[in-house]
Amino acid sequence: MSARPALVCLGLCAALCAVAEPVEFNRDIRPILSDNCFACHGHDASHRKAKLRLDVRADALAKEAFVPGKPEASELVKRLFLTDPDEVMPPPESHKTLSKEQKELLRRWVAEGATYQNHWSYDLPAKAAAPTVDTAIDTLVEARLRAKGLRPVGEADRRTLARRLHLDLLGLPPTPEVVDAFVADRAPDAYARLVERLLASPHYGERMAQGWLDVVRYADTIGYHSDTPRNVWPYRDYVIRSFNQNKRFDRFTLEQVAGDLLPDTDVESKVGSGFNRLLLTTEEGGAQAKDYQQRMLTDRVRAIGAAWLGQTTGCAQCHDHKFDPFTQRDFYALGAFFADIHEPDIGRREEGMLVVTPADERRLAELAAAVNRARQALESALGGLGAELAAWEKEAIEDLAPAVPPAAPKAKAKGKAKSPDAALAAKAPAILQKPAAKRSAAEQSTLRDYLLSLHPEALKSQRDAVAAAQREHDAFRAGLPKSLVTTKAAVVRTVRILPRGNWMDESGEVVKAAFPHYLPQPKLDGRTPNRLDLARWLVSRENPLTARVTMNRLWMQFFGTALSKNPGDLGAQGELPPNQALLDWLAVEFMDSGWDVKHMVRLIVSSRAYRRASATPAELATSDPFNRELARQSPYRLDAELVRDNALAIAGLLVPKVGGPSVKPYQPDRYWENLNFPVRTYAADQGESQYRRGLYVWWQRTFLHPSLLAFDAPSREEACTDRTRSNIPQQALVLLNDPTYVEAARAFAGRTLATAGNDEQRLTWAWRQALQRTPEASELATLRQVLAERRKSYLADPAAAQAFLKVGLTPPPTTVAPAELAAWTHVTRVLLNLHETITRE
Amino acid sequence: MSLPPELQSALTRRAFLGRTTQGVGGLALASLLGPAALAAPGPSGALARLPLPQKAKRVIWLSMAGGPSHLETFDPKPKLAAMHGQPMPESFTKGQQLAQLQGQKLTCFGPQHKFAKFGRDQTEICELFPQIGSVLDEICLIRSMTTDAINHDPAHMFMNTGSQIAGRPSMGSWVTYGLGTEAADLPGFVVLTSLGKGGQNQPIAARQWSSGFLPSKHQGVQLRSKGDPVLYLSNPPGVSRDSQGGDVDAIAKLNLHRERFVADPEVATRVAQYEMAFKMQASVPQLMDVKDEDPKTLALYGCQPGDGSFAANCLLARRLAERGVRFIQLYHKDWDHHGGVKDGVALKAAEIDRACMALITDLKRRGLLDSTLIVWAGEFGRTPMSQGNGRDHHNKAMTVWMAGGGIRGGLVHGSTDELGYAAVDKVATVHDLHATMLHQLGVDHDAFRFKFQGLDAKLTGVEPCKVIKDILA
Repeated sequence: MSARPALVCLGLCAALCAVAEPVEFNRDIRPILSDNCFACHGHDASHRKAKLRLDVRADALAKEAFVPGKPEASELVKRLFLTDPDEVMPPPESHKTLSKEQKELLRRWVAEGATYQNHWSYDLPAKAAAPTVDTAIDTLVEARLRAKGLRPVGEADRRTLARRLHLDLLGLPPTPEVVDAFVADRAPDAYARLVERLLASPHYGERMAQGWLDVVRYADTIGYHSDTPRNVWPYRDYVIRSFNQNKRFDRFTLEQVAGDLLPDTDVESKVGSGFNRLLLTTEEGGAQAKDYQQRMLTDRVRAIGAAWLGQTTGCAQCHDHKFDPFTQRDFYALGAFFADIHEPDIGRREEGMLVVTPADERRLAELAAAVNRARQALESALGGLGAELAAWEKEAIEDLAPAVPPAAPKAKAKGKAKSPDAALAAKAPAILQKPAAKRSAAEQSTLRDYLLSLHPEALKSQRDAVAAAQREHDAFRAGLPKSLVTTKAAVVRTVRILPRGNWMDESGEVVKAAFPHYLPQPKLDGRTPNRLDLARWLVSRENPLTARVTMNRLWMQFFGTALSKNPGDLGAQGELPPNQALLDWLAVEFMDSGWDVKHMVRLIVSSRAYRRASATPAELATSDPFNRELARQSPYRLDAELVRDNALAIAGLLVPKVGGPSVKPYQPDRYWENLNFPVRTYAADQGESQYRRGLYVWWQRTFLHPSLLAFDAPSREEACTDRTRSNIPQQALVLLNDPTYVEAARAFAGRTLATAGNDEQRLTWAWRQALQRTPEASELATLRQVLAERRKSYLADPAAAQAFLKVGLTPPPTTVAPAELAAWTHVTRVLLNLHETITRE
Repeated sequence: MSLPPELQSALTRRAFLGRTTQGVGGLALASLLGPAALAAPGPSGALARLPLPQKAKRVIWLSMAGGPSHLETFDPKPKLAAMHGQPMPESFTKGQQLAQLQGQKLTCFGPQHKFAKFGRDQTEICELFPQIGSVLDEICLIRSMTTDAINHDPAHMFMNTGSQIAGRPSMGSWVTYGLGTEAADLPGFVVLTSLGKGGQNQPIAARQWSSGFLPSKHQGVQLRSKGDPVLYLSNPPGVSRDSQGGDVDAIAKLNLHRERFVADPEVATRVAQYEMAFKMQASVPQLMDVKDEDPKTLALYGCQPGDGSFAANCLLARRLAERGVRFIQLYHKDWDHHGGVKDGVALKAAEIDRACMALITDLKRRGLLDSTLIVWAGEFGRTPMSQGNGRDHHNKAMTVWMAGGGIRGGLVHGSTDELGYAAVDKVATVHDLHATMLHQLGVDHDAFRFKFQGLDAKLTGVEPCKVIKDILA
């Protein structure tokens, strides 16, 4: 295989380079120790072997693990090279083995003095010197390329740049006209103007929201067991709006974690506080409150860890983290910040806060007033009904069987009249048996309602008016958006450290809210911090993690891979970013700018690094196969939602409306057959809701829409900081056969046939819609062949053409012969299925 | 020199690319590329060499969803019958986790059906299962299983993934990730579900067959008895196999043409996946179409073609096993007998008894039983205490059985206490069950790991667990 010699060279080079440079703890040593040694010789005291810890130099020295400068006298080094299975480290039962190079590195590290460094991401980021803010990214990228001896590729062609910017900033493809205009625009600021135009688009917020919704695990359903719906979509719109308005990320954080506690709390910040309610909940019968209290606490700690801190916290539910300093106490103390949230432990969530515009609010008040007016009219009419009521009451008392025990509702079964209202009927006998003087006002009122319910003919018009006003009010209210938000509970839950995570074991110490002990602590003057303190701490200048974590993820959106490649873990088992100076510069600039997201996006997409071509020259393919050094751009397949958006946009079907309730595209019958409590059937939306963007698709956690799932959309049961990007047969089945894509192909064909020209011109037109480039002769020839063959087969089988054209809700154009439209639909279907069509290059 | 795994994987893809860029159209690719090429990093999965002898090549896992009562199936408890109606001794239940019975008065509830003796050792199982009894010498009953979770959803997660936290890979994904698949044109991990007639059909989340943090190609693919057997499998109406093939061919041609300029290995993978999808469009309907089965075979299972029953799924499981599918999981629902456990279990027995016997018998006569590990398991057991005329969820005791795949038949392993409340002898955990399954597949559960969030994640979790050696043939 031809690639092998090149790779051997690479390995050799790495070894040579390592010899030239002094060993650096964070880069060279910590990854080895963390992965191979810390599980038994690290933070977790309860599992520590031989009382030796290697993560703290003083402790390692105290136990004589090594003698700095003297590898031959160091136990640690000796043990690495032993062959006796009882003596060698790591021991065979750990299934860990060190390579020769790793052993040699450890030996050299000890020889060079065994110096330690703090873990990189726990020190505050520092801003490397750069001539100007605008050129800093390239200064830092190119400094590293020079050091590595890598030559960057040139700028991508302008068509690719326009396509890349549209897909990265809006998630929608450009039209060929937009690309042509950009290609023709030779003004020096053409690129900058395009960027500004896209940043100002309402679809920018949609594109940015998608990644955040993964991180906070936004979904329309509760997740556990019955996976029933809950009201949260206004939170999704809040996220979109926040990005569109370029809400500062610190404010964005405050609102989500503690929007209810802000001094200037308002509808917006309360909807944002819905973040705290996005977790998994259950309505399963037999679920135990304490079990789910614990599940919800742990769920929230993991989410905060993933979204803001880039720390994997989950393991500390049961024991101290094995690799990071995050202890079990830290875990429960972080969870205790959320112990004030008002919510049921198990069962149905509340309907949520009404999220209304001032106009809605006025209308609601008017309708409520109308109900009151109707009630008053009824009341005054009732005043003239005293005699009747007394008579009815007497009748009702007589209807009660003699010696019936109080509150036995079956008594009324003997009566002549039967109330249609079961609830009133159940309460009435007990009230009727009380002497009138001893009845409370509420009981009097219930009794009156009961008596009226027995006599529906009385005051019919007044009562109908009340009912009608109430119906109108309720219908309007039911149609208003509602969203789960955070409110403070009257009683704060007690949080204990649960031994081994066992909620049945209440022997653990009670803990109060506290910040992870190994990170900088804010001054609180002895006060126990609350959620608002947590939110402020997350986005304080002293927090070394949040800005790095956020910038790391943002980078991933524009390059396909994050600077530290596991965006959910900047701890010891994460990756020291190859270009730490760059990540740190971005983090500090982000804070310096006042947490200005658009500013950072602008800096990134304006950089030379971003604008490079993504084709990989052979030399880079071997010297930097995973493009960690950024001498080029990377091509990657669009995210699940964007695969959909792209097809609908090209087809001309996309309804570009922003926000609103979630939508239900076509879905295979019985896909929800395994849902229960209640059994559900899926009803696909009619009309414009069928053609909305992917991020609005109903997010059913346990059965996510199968065409999104096929393209790796996460179920959002847990925070997802990094989607997988798979390439599987189900994706082909979706793009070929899902009615959404078949209908899109037909609409695309209809658009194509509506343009003037011969086959060749139309094929070219369609090609340019999908790919914004002109097809080559051989490409056209392939499409021509599809067209010719399908024309022939559909002319021979008109029924097949008719059947094909019936897919989807939109009626096919009647001006085109069915066989012709069907044949063209095959052509456009091919275009929508191309790898290039679903790839951002 | 050993290459890092991600580089090896990239190399495999590039090698693959080298073979596909010779200007071959999509349809011809099928003959050039075996399924092996699709299952990078290699035909044998992530485990290039198996550390242990492989006794079982595949698994058929029969998930009895809802939590079957061990007390009306495989665990006879005469003492419980004698104490029927009496208070449950507090010594058993004090401080224990219960589901709906938490805080209620606890009363012993005797087994609702008689037990009868079967097999060479005259082992007692419930008389509702005479067909299973007739093959009991092939079966190993583990009467000492326990689990951690006590509600359906977390318990299914625990049984499938070894964790109660969503996002972990299902065991079928682990197995196909490790071993790859031998099926040329079918997914390596297939899931089938069936409903019971008793109306206690608890929901099952698709996460139960998710690949979690493993590559998505290892996710379970659900085969459905009605509609498209695989989602989006059928061509759109009016599109023939020929014209679908023509389009797939054109897509491949255009993709490979473009590949010359972009040098992106994903393009070649894309072409191969379209090819695989196109093949599945033919192979899956063939699989589902059982008309070539001998009527005697249908009679053995007691099903009608395409009736969607558990029995029909058992027959499909055998067909999948024959085609080399690695992990076949059947869910049969409706075992959640909070009330009416007597009639409920009788109904379930009627639905599964013959089918289980037929699956074992059919695999055996085709010489496949030795290489196929069958596991029958709920997500938890049920209380010996009454809940009306039913039983509550229970995680301290349940019976699981295994057959084939190098397991000792005719064996009873472990036991519960005299009232069937808790496993007491040779207690087995879900992780032990997973470790044992992996062991039979030739995999050392402790060394079978995948890096996730910095951890060496394992199906069998972080707590120590053991292969149940006593039950191995």
